[in-house]
Amino acid sequence: MPTTNGIRKKPPKNTATPTNPALPVLRFAFITEFLKPDPTDMAQFLFLLFAIFTVLCAVGVVVNKNAVNASICLILCLVGVAGLFVQLDAYLLAFVLLLVYAGAVAALFLFIVMLLDVQGKETFGLRGFRTIAGFVAFALLLAGIGSVALKGQIVSSPPVSLTGGAQLKLYAYQLFTTYLLPVQIIGFLLLISMLGVIVLSKKHEIAEDAK
Amino acid sequence: MMTASLNAYVIVSAVLFAIGFFGVLIRRNTLIVFMSLELMLIASTLALVAFSRVNGTMDGNVFVFFILTVAAAEVAVGLAIIVALFRRRQTVQIDQLDTLKN
Repeated sequence: MPTTNGIRKKPPKNTATPTNPALPVLRFAFITEFLKPDPTDMAQFLFLLFAIFTVLCAVGVVVNKNAVNASICLILCLVGVAGLFVQLDAYLLAFVLLLVYAGAVAALFLFIVMLLDVQGKETFGLRGFRTIAGFVAFALLLAGIGSVALKGQIVSSPPVSLTGGAQLKLYAYQLFTTYLLPVQIIGFLLLISMLGVIVLSKKHEIAEDAK
Repeated sequence: MMTASLNAYVIVSAVLFAIGFFGVLIRRNTLIVFMSLELMLIASTLALVAFSRVNGTMDGNVFVFFILTVAAAEVAVGLAIIVALFRRRQTVQIDQLDTLKN
């Protein structure tokens, strides 16, 4: 409680004069962190590499006219996100992401794209109401989250280190104690979705006979 | 290990989410719209893992587990629906699937 009081008391005093110089300095420090990467800092270099790679591949997913290329870009994007997960010490999640998402989901996308064999006649013209809405939403999202992140509102304390990262034992403990009911529900969800897919992909011969 | 700040991860996550949202709004091919949805989901998981790492708790990581499972189920059902739709209408372009409009 005293700490919150101290934090609350400070801003009114600062807003009188020194906030205006303080904010640009903070913003500038954040930008230089990106612009001047320390060549000896391997982790930062890897973060930049994976972040840029991920964002470029995501742009590739959206921009590509060919659906096959888009799904391959999606796989590469997932690999980049898995690299970021490794940097966040979530090794198991990175592995699961590669295995489940890049291995199964994106491959399923690829299969469906090739199965449907859609001719590339998509009207990809940048016109219409939806395009304007898309650009406006893109700008709004970036501006909103970017302004919060750039002003340094999020970071308050240095990261607490889990012992040796998120270990498999910790996951297992959480899944079988705190999250036991969600695990059961997820099992039912998978069963239901499996049944749903079977029903959906079955050919309805009775309905066709009725016609 | 984690030297890049939480802000950087949140910004990457926000950019990914915005790109996915942009793709959902702008593309006409149902399959690519679906891929953009997956992109948005991945962006949210990245933010969850980053926050979980900074707070030193496991809850975010466990939630990402559940999100991955639900996403796998969702992709299976969604692709089955798209295949059924293609079988019936011979197209997956959104602007040709406007039967309910008139």
